[in-house]
Amino acid sequence: MTSPELVPILKHMLNQSPSLDLVFQALADPTRRAMVERLVRGPASVSALAEPLRMSLPAVMQHLQVLEASGLVRSEKVGRVRTCQVVPSTLRTAEEWIGERRTLWERRLDRLGEYLAEHPDHPQDGSAP
Amino acid sequence: MSERSATHATFALERTYPAAPARVFAAFADPREKARWIGCHDEWETLEQAMDFRVGGREVNRTQPPGGQVHGFEARYHDIVPNQRIVYSYAMTVGDERISVSLVTLEFEPADGGTRLTFTEQGAFLDGHQHPAEREAGTGIGLDRLETLLAGEMAAV
Repeated sequence: MTSPELVPILKHMLNQSPSLDLVFQALADPTRRAMVERLVRGPASVSALAEPLRMSLPAVMQHLQVLEASGLVRSEKVGRVRTCQVVPSTLRTAEEWIGERRTLWERRLDRLGEYLAEHPDHPQDGSAP
Repeated sequence: MSERSATHATFALERTYPAAPARVFAAFADPREKARWIGCHDEWETLEQAMDFRVGGREVNRTQPPGGQVHGFEARYHDIVPNQRIVYSYAMTVGDERISVSLVTLEFEPADGGTRLTFTEQGAFLDGHQHPAEREAGTGIGLDRLETLLAGEMAAV
């Protein structure tokens, strides 16, 4: 039972942690999300990452820097090839913290709404049914 | 897991209830009332529950899922403005591990003939511990594709 006025609003996802800030900033861009989506399937070289993106290698490198700064992706240069891979723990940390707490409290606030609808008056001492 | 880390995050939720601020406030202030809506796991056993709703007062709640580890919640009320605001800090434990320490601010404001409730949690999430009970949820974090990414990540492992 959810009445229309019980609309959850995620007002903001500000945080004091540079890493989470950077993670969400990094994922706010469609190109970088595409890069991460590619990398969750497995490591890739920068040129392989750039191939489907239709942009210059320097532009891809810039996006890569943002992803690396956020901790979502790390890269390593072996010989002339820079290989990138996703850092799963960073993805998970961000998702879990916000997701789990928010969902818990959304459920609770839904239940509070139902409770208030069923008990419009504050029960007096000892009269709780 | 012995790897030490702290992740900081803040989120806020806002609801409008068709009830006066005093009524909504009472649902948080009265331990008997609060117990009737806050529990999300009816099948969990309550091992300890105490609530002393005053500035400096503590709230303790220890529950255990069937066959699982004890989940502890220990809070202290720092600021109470009747019908307007509640500020408390709390630590959560699972088994012997402290998984998070948070500050919660609840604000009650008259709005549209009812009450706008704003819940803000600022937390330090410790050592990357997962909270298994809530993990199933993980949806709608405002980044619509992150879930897809995680699914892909699982599949890739």
